[in-house]
Amino acid sequence: MHEWALAEAIIYTVTEIAEREQFKEVSRVNVKVGELQQVDLEIIKFALTQLKRGKLKNTEFRIEPVRARLKCRICEYVWDFNKNELDEEVAEAIHFVPEVAHSFIKCPNCGAQDFEFVEGRRMYIESVSGVR
Amino acid sequence: MLDPRIKAIEHRLSQVKNIIAVSSGKGGVGKSVVSSILALILSKKGYKVGLMDLDFTSPSTHLILGIKGLFPEEKEGIIPPTFEDIKFMSIVYFSKDKALSLRGQDFSDSFIEILAITKWNKLDYLILDMPPGINDATLDVIRYMRKVKFIIVTTPSILSFSTVKKLIDTLNTLKIEIIGVIENMKSDQTYSIGEELGEVKAKFLGEIPFDPELEKCFGNTKMLLTTKFSRELEKIVNEIRM
Ligand SMILES: Nc1ncnc2c1ncn2[C@@H]1O[C@H](COP(=O)(O)OP(=O)(O)OP(=O)(O)O)[C@@H](O)[C@H]1O
Ligand SMILES: [Mg+2]
Ligand SMILES: [Zn+2]
Repeated sequence: MHEWALAEAIIYTVTEIAEREQFKEVSRVNVKVGELQQVDLEIIKFALTQLKRGKLKNTEFRIEPVRARLKCRICEYVWDFNKNELDEEVAEAIHFVPEVAHSFIKCPNCGAQDFEFVEGRRMYIESVSGVR
Repeated sequence: MLDPRIKAIEHRLSQVKNIIAVSSGKGGVGKSVVSSILALILSKKGYKVGLMDLDFTSPSTHLILGIKGLFPEEKEGIIPPTFEDIKFMSIVYFSKDKALSLRGQDFSDSFIEILAITKWNKLDYLILDMPPGINDATLDVIRYMRKVKFIIVTTPSILSFSTVKKLIDTLNTLKIEIIGVIENMKSDQTYSIGEELGEVKAKFLGEIPFDPELEKCFGNTKMLLTTKFSRELEKIVNEIRM
């Protein structure tokens, strides 16, 4: 599962923030995960419980999905990403590297592959709070 | 809005001793052949080698080496498949030979994504086949792979060399190490890059002649290693301490 690698990325980053902010303990981390990547949130949560230690031992991780929306750069049509419309191999490729969606997905309105991700492309850390 | 992938890259590359970008500025000068065969040569010498194709629009190292039917294993990240002892990563695993045109930010995002999840583990050399141009790939490699060193490929053409000079300037300004310049597809012409290099701050590593047998050997690593191209490249590799 590469969810594990993403969980590690969260841990590395939060650990660095905790050092920089001189937190004794990190109390809460909010993470948003874009649906385009079809990340298994349960696996991320599980991995985080396994990986957290030191200042992160008691951290509450809130992981929330963000709906993925795409916008055509040619005709400006906006649509929701729907995993169920893709075959399994394509869904898997997008899971690893979401940008390869440009090879497989077309604008439902005009057929162009020149689109942007309005939101829900990837994972980001929204906030980190801790005790000094 | 913090991107946790950036910090992960540092960890993923921490056990990689040398990162070498084979670059040019100019297209079609032999970057992909040099990086593929360089990976073969170093691996044959017993080093642990990784090869990463960063030409997302026209990946070609898999064609030169004859790599097919591989897919990375997903295990706490992704493990690059091994081809003749070389750990190989390319966008073709995911784009499946379909056209992939990426604008700047999309290129960066896929580059960062792959680096953040790929577990190279211990490597002596990670070779990067760079796309043509001095653009997103060049800047991202410099930004996210701090210890990268460059090998620059040029042909014996004033046009190619003038682009190469710009690349050398850019790298010098950014204080990025340049291992040196290889002059590829040399014929008996009079124009010599080696002589011109005096004026720029980069070492001349040597030349590789035009080798009419090269293309026939694509897809067959044993044959590739017997070409004139490989023998000359190996001489260059033996001369430099990378
Ligand atoms: N020394 C050589 N002798 C004969 N043919 C060569 C030599 N070097 C490269 N070639 C041929 O030139 C072509 C371009 O080489 P290659 O694809 O490696 O260049 P490149 O710089 O990677 O191109 P691009 O900028 O498109 O990525 C290929 O067909 C390759 O076989
Ligand atoms: Mg190339
Ligand atoms: Zn459209």
